[in-house]
Amino acid sequence: MTQASMTTSAAQAMIAMERVEKWYGAFQALHDINLSVRAGEKIVLCGPSGSGKSTLIRCINHLEAYQKGEIRVGGTVLGHESKTIDAVRREVGMVFQQFNLFPHLTILENCTLAPIRSLGLSKAEAQGRARKLLERVKIAEQAEKYPAQLSGGQQQRVAIARALCMQPKVMLFDEPTSALDPEMVKEVLDTMITLAEEGMTMICVTHEMGFARQVADRVIFMASGAIVEEAPPAEFFTNPRHERTRKFLGEILGRH
Amino acid sequence: MNYTLDFTPVIEGLPNLLLACLGTFLLALCGMVLAIVIGIGGVILRDSRFKPLRWLVIGFVEVIRNTPFLVQIFFIYFALPLAGIRLDPTPTAILALGINGGAYAIEIIRGGVQSISKGQMEAGLALGLHKAQVFRFIVLKPALRAIFPSLTSQFVLLTLSTSIASAISAYELTSVSQRIESDSFRSFEVYFTVTLFYLVISWLMMRIFALFSARYFNYPVK
Repeated sequence: MTQASMTTSAAQAMIAMERVEKWYGAFQALHDINLSVRAGEKIVLCGPSGSGKSTLIRCINHLEAYQKGEIRVGGTVLGHESKTIDAVRREVGMVFQQFNLFPHLTILENCTLAPIRSLGLSKAEAQGRARKLLERVKIAEQAEKYPAQLSGGQQQRVAIARALCMQPKVMLFDEPTSALDPEMVKEVLDTMITLAEEGMTMICVTHEMGFARQVADRVIFMASGAIVEEAPPAEFFTNPRHERTRKFLGEILGRH
Repeated sequence: MNYTLDFTPVIEGLPNLLLACLGTFLLALCGMVLAIVIGIGGVILRDSRFKPLRWLVIGFVEVIRNTPFLVQIFFIYFALPLAGIRLDPTPTAILALGINGGAYAIEIIRGGVQSISKGQMEAGLALGLHKAQVFRFIVLKPALRAIFPSLTSQFVLLTLSTSIASAISAYELTSVSQRIESDSFRSFEVYFTVTLFYLVISWLMMRIFALFSARYFNYPVK
């Protein structure tokens, strides 16, 4: 690819990471990350633990600072000053492994806090939006309850609705089903599949390879802080090129 | 021992003593409000990005926690007038109680804030909230809940330290009882009664805290 065509494709990208590097002190967590995600594209990030996949997506909304390279979200270059960080965070929703619902707020309040405080919506507007999205993740009847009264799967669906209340252009999922009991994994994956079918741009760190096969446009394999291989799922699963990918797939698919 | 109990001076002084109980109670309450404000404000400044502010808070906590409360009161009451700041006994007592209780509250509340998982703050930040909003809307309430029992016992202690304000004749139970005692020489009767009154006041404070806790922290936790 020529330099010129790379720049053009990056300019149209919803997310563009170019030569991104990150260190924790002397330890380099990300090596020369180049990743471009088009609007509506679904990416699944996988790799062994400690491979930097969570770190990568956490750089996109600046929960982790990166030291070199450039990250663009929408049209915004993500700098290190609060102005661009805020702008990016309003466009990017995130779902965490541990749900991270706010325990002292009801389900509805969890969903309305940021739209009211960050987007400046009125309480009524925010509640209307929240109820609609809670409906979509099939949890509307729990709106007045507190997080501790919900199951893990329900909490994670609320977390998805809470992120969607900001009407983000991109959703980041950081191992969203890893902390769930097995019987609750499906309800969360189904919610994510629906979201994918509706055209949301998504980057998912997950080991749910069934999900990857079903919705991913590209599967990216990371190891030791670098992108080792990326391919459409059909190719990724049937014909992995790198030895490390083959080893990883053998381990993870053997277990499932 | 042929000491005959005589509660007459206590009974005659009862209206004064009860009013003084109210004084003690209000003194403690005002001190606590100030202590909470200093406590929360101190926690915010303690983790400020601006280093001198952090040092200021650390220094404040160290100085207050390692000097006697009585000396702190004397400092405000007798030394500050030399700098042109002259306060009446009761405002002096409130200020001293607030400052003293605040220094302890900073450390206690800070412990609560540190007990909140990082994921809570990250979730708030990822939703586009600013650091200050994350603190106010997400961290503060669960943090206060986590340390509320310690805060309660600290504030019962603060309630009891109002008696030290008798040294500058603030209007409270100990100074009023001292007057009755020195007029009547009925030491046992006076201090026996006063002890009971302090017990009731402490108990009342704990009840108030328990009620507040039940109402304010009304969300279930796993």
